[in-house]
Amino acid sequence: MESISIIGMVSIITAGVTIAVGSIAPAIGEGKALAQALLAIAQQPDEIPTITRTLFVGLAMVESTAIYCFVVALILIFANPFWNYVIQV
Amino acid sequence: MEINIDQIIYWEWGFIKLNATLVYSWAVMVVLVSISWFVSRDLTEGTGISRKQALIESLVVVIQKQIEETTQEKTDRYLPFIGTLFLFILVSNLISVIPGVYPPTASLSTTAALAISVFVAVPIFGIGSRGVKSYFENYVKPTPLMLPFNIIGELSRTLALAVRLFGNIMSGSLIVAILLGLSPLFFPVVMQAFGLLIGVIQAYVFAILALVYIASASRIHNSEEADSTEIINPQNR
Repeated sequence: MESISIIGMVSIITAGVTIAVGSIAPAIGEGKALAQALLAIAQQPDEIPTITRTLFVGLAMVESTAIYCFVVALILIFANPFWNYVIQV
Repeated sequence: MEINIDQIIYWEWGFIKLNATLVYSWAVMVVLVSISWFVSRDLTEGTGISRKQALIESLVVVIQKQIEETTQEKTDRYLPFIGTLFLFILVSNLISVIPGVYPPTASLSTTAALAISVFVAVPIFGIGSRGVKSYFENYVKPTPLMLPFNIIGELSRTLALAVRLFGNIMSGSLIVAILLGLSPLFFPVVMQAFGLLIGVIQAYVFAILALVYIASASRIHNSEEADSTEIINPQNR
């Protein structure tokens, strides 16, 4: 196989695997965090502002791992340096 | 659909290039500064304040309250920096709903610049409130063995700040662009409304994280004081 088709194939498959694996773990983590926060709100309704603020900040931090995977997948598809190199040569 | 809005060039002269990131971040700065200038021309005290002053005052009070609740201390030191960060990122994220306008925070250059300004602000605030020696002792706090990990942690959280904001905003506009090709009328509108929510939350998260980093670098002194007073007078809490 030519190197151009190998690089194209590997990039696309890896991008799919990256976003698939990279979204599973943050999804589980965010679900657990949300469930705990709902439990805490049910037990202490007075603390809703504090719990919500902490929940949002925490969710954003958990979600950033998924965003990293997303950025890597986008780089693989749209801005792949190896692909650009092969195209140039 | 552009993944890197730095490559959209409007005007070029020699090596000076005016790309979309620069244009729209300057536009946001002009909007913010002119609104503040327009409102702060005729500030008054007392009961009869104008409507625009009430609007801006309520905004400032909300930011002030959030800072107080997060840092657990009554101080106005963080308000200018954190408030400016929050307002700039908020307006930058929200202008993406105007057709043809790219949000400047969808470029890694803007978000990296914001994250670096937080990275620089942490030692400035920390040294300002605790002194040089006390601040740098913080890096070797549990043992000197932790020094490289503390430095790596400081660098990686700066990178995380930049990539988090960039990824969220860029993915929002990219998803709208992709959906526009698949199902043109209804779904892009829904995703754009969702993007507004994401934009507000990410602006909030960026500001709160910057505040937490700055406050944790400048606070340890106070907690040591609190510990010592606790030993002297346990009922005082």
